[in-house]
Amino acid sequence: MKRRDLIKNITLTSVGIATAQVLPAQTEVVHAGKPKKQKSNYGRTPDEVKRDEKLASDTFFTPGEMAVITRLCDIILPAKGSSPSAVQVGVPAFIEFIAKDMPYQQVPLRGGIMWLENYSRKLFGKSFVAITPANQITIVDAIAYPELASPAVSAGVSFFNLMRDLTLTGFYTTEAGFEDLGYVGNRPNNWEGPPAEVLKKFNF
Amino acid sequence: MTFQVKETPEIFDVVIVGSGAGGGMAAYTLTKAGAKVCLLEAGSYYDPADPQYITQMKNPWESPRRGASSTRPFGDFDAAYGGWQIEGEPYSAVKGTEFHWFRSRMLGGRTNHWGRISLRFGPNDFKRGSLTGIGDDWPIGYDDLKPFYDKTDKLIGIFGSVENMYNEPDGIFLPPPPMRLHEHFIKKAGTNLKIPVIPSRLSILTKPINNERGSCFYCSQCSRGCNKYADFSSSSVLVIPAMKTGNLTLINHAMVREVLTDQATGLATGVSYVDTKTMAEVSVRAKRVVLGASACESARLLLNSKSARFPQGLANTSGVIGKYLNDSTGASRSGFVPSLMNRDRYNEDGVGGSHIYSPWWLDNNKLDFARGYHIEYGGGMGMPGYGFGMGMHNNNGKYPYPNGETLPAGGYGSRLREDVNRFYGAYIGMAGRGEPIPLETNYCEIDPGKVDKYGIPTLRFHYKWSDQEIKQAKHMQDTFEELIIEMGGIPLGNKPGPETNYGLEAPGKIIHEVGTVRMGDNPNRSALNKYQQAHDVKNLFVVDAAPFVSQGDKNVTWTILASAMRTSEYIIDQVKANKI
Repeated sequence: MKRRDLIKNITLTSVGIATAQVLPAQTEVVHAGKPKKQKSNYGRTPDEVKRDEKLASDTFFTPGEMAVITRLCDIILPAKGSSPSAVQVGVPAFIEFIAKDMPYQQVPLRGGIMWLENYSRKLFGKSFVAITPANQITIVDAIAYPELASPAVSAGVSFFNLMRDLTLTGFYTTEAGFEDLGYVGNRPNNWEGPPAEVLKKFNF
Repeated sequence: MTFQVKETPEIFDVVIVGSGAGGGMAAYTLTKAGAKVCLLEAGSYYDPADPQYITQMKNPWESPRRGASSTRPFGDFDAAYGGWQIEGEPYSAVKGTEFHWFRSRMLGGRTNHWGRISLRFGPNDFKRGSLTGIGDDWPIGYDDLKPFYDKTDKLIGIFGSVENMYNEPDGIFLPPPPMRLHEHFIKKAGTNLKIPVIPSRLSILTKPINNERGSCFYCSQCSRGCNKYADFSSSSVLVIPAMKTGNLTLINHAMVREVLTDQATGLATGVSYVDTKTMAEVSVRAKRVVLGASACESARLLLNSKSARFPQGLANTSGVIGKYLNDSTGASRSGFVPSLMNRDRYNEDGVGGSHIYSPWWLDNNKLDFARGYHIEYGGGMGMPGYGFGMGMHNNNGKYPYPNGETLPAGGYGSRLREDVNRFYGAYIGMAGRGEPIPLETNYCEIDPGKVDKYGIPTLRFHYKWSDQEIKQAKHMQDTFEELIIEMGGIPLGNKPGPETNYGLEAPGKIIHEVGTVRMGDNPNRSALNKYQQAHDVKNLFVVDAAPFVSQGDKNVTWTILASAMRTSEYIIDQVKANKI
């Protein structure tokens, strides 16, 4: 999928959040942050197809929770140059899928959102998505640096680490991520060793 | 569901249970010789070239979990179905002990999940008992198996290099692939530390060997199965060609319950299985029975084949079946190599797995443990999947950016793109795989009163590592640290210490278990003779890793293949001589 198709697939969801998902052509466009129907195209067993269809049709996060996840994804990995943001390639929907697929992630994610909302209300009197971007960054700065953060916000640090992990994994496992990384494999080739200039650089 | 017992009309020359490396090789060898063979597989059909099964060359975004391991233990794209837990097929362990039993319910069994590492056992690996006073010798030696290793090399294909190391016998090799960049680093570090680092020996075709199979196109995804049949899987290389002879009847979804015997003659007459689709009970009649169900499954099958004539289970006069269960040791460590930061980009996928390994290089007489290990390596600019980029906060505060600035660990925003890019391909990993001491006290047995969903009594395990394996794991950890530091790297995480048995993996986690139906010359101490033929039942054979007295520090698949070929040829000879 080319970048222009990617942008075409960005849709506005019910909560007004731009989402998109890079998926094979036979997959339907994403609505409300989750694939409606995803045909298996990668060797699934019948039981696996059944499980994935069930997960895809379930909803875990509330619209309010999805709004927090989406805002955090946008702060963690914004667009840069021609490379889209995490939100533009559908990372919030990916995180929702992971929460359903890996139940052990549900409490840390939902609880982390609750912690963040409570912290935001204490500091600024409102939900995290309702405060100003500058105030959002004030909160994020308090929890984004594990070695500098106050022990009083360690729960927030853990949550932000988890969100950073899922956002990076979600982004770099898309076509846009491959492009940003410069990954040029997963295609037939004839391996003859690293390029000569690379070996020379390291005296091999 | 109506309860019914069906019987196949035909009496087969041979019925084989299990379609993995052992069962597949037996099916191939016997059908090529003209025998009418019935092959029973508990799982579904699978062909790595059939689009409905293909995971090879798929991109991570084609999986909604980006290849994570929620449904398949080695990730969504791994070819193998099943795992350590299968719904409705439980097992247990005696309190205070543990064993994890990996099963693949599909054509080709666990050959769909392995690193294609194809090492021959060396001459010493067959006589550890007499060489060290610990453990037992095999009833055969390297010279008995060598012709079959040679034939397996030629039939299936393997790459490697001639090294002339006594206990790492060379094979008939295709050319090995050149090293990746981090592998050059490892080789240099190994050379400085006097640890040998040589080309891997993998059953991957770097050159075509026949018209039925293609050659490697370097996608690094052997674990996904190869649609060009350029690596070894039992399905593509053995079972499908066996079907083409017209002599093979393959029955999938056949979960074998027991081996049937004639109470008068004491001979095997076939097997009884549950059709897992209909739950019907079916029996297959055959003149000879070959078990290749996997070490623990074949033991379970024999222990469950009790009758008036064989009250301890079939072929178990010695009482040895289930005992001497042993899996490889395993421990690992990863490292970060700063000089590999900010790498030039190129396609570094290579073959599936490491292009190099370190065979065992020390003398155990000078060490405080009796058996060796080899080292497998990882690293490089691989394809991102679930987990990629995680843990960035553990590393990104430690190293300056090109402008000399260092930022506090963690963070957010565009710096994370730079972090992901500069660290890509700078991580390496290494894992030891070592020989354990087979112990009579490590065993599987029938769990009293417990059955699986087919009503087949299940296994209970009793397995504990001894000091030998723990000391070996300690040595691995010291070696890993030396190697990483010698490369100019930084070992990641805390060094595993005595509190975790030095990172020694739990028994069963390496999926190299052997030994549960051991072979030997003495019928009072072994279940099978040196041809893997039951002492008690002359038309019953075992061709998986259950007969193995020990396992060296060599991944056992190549030895399963060579032994299964040897036993199959023995069966052919015995039939020709009218002995079975």
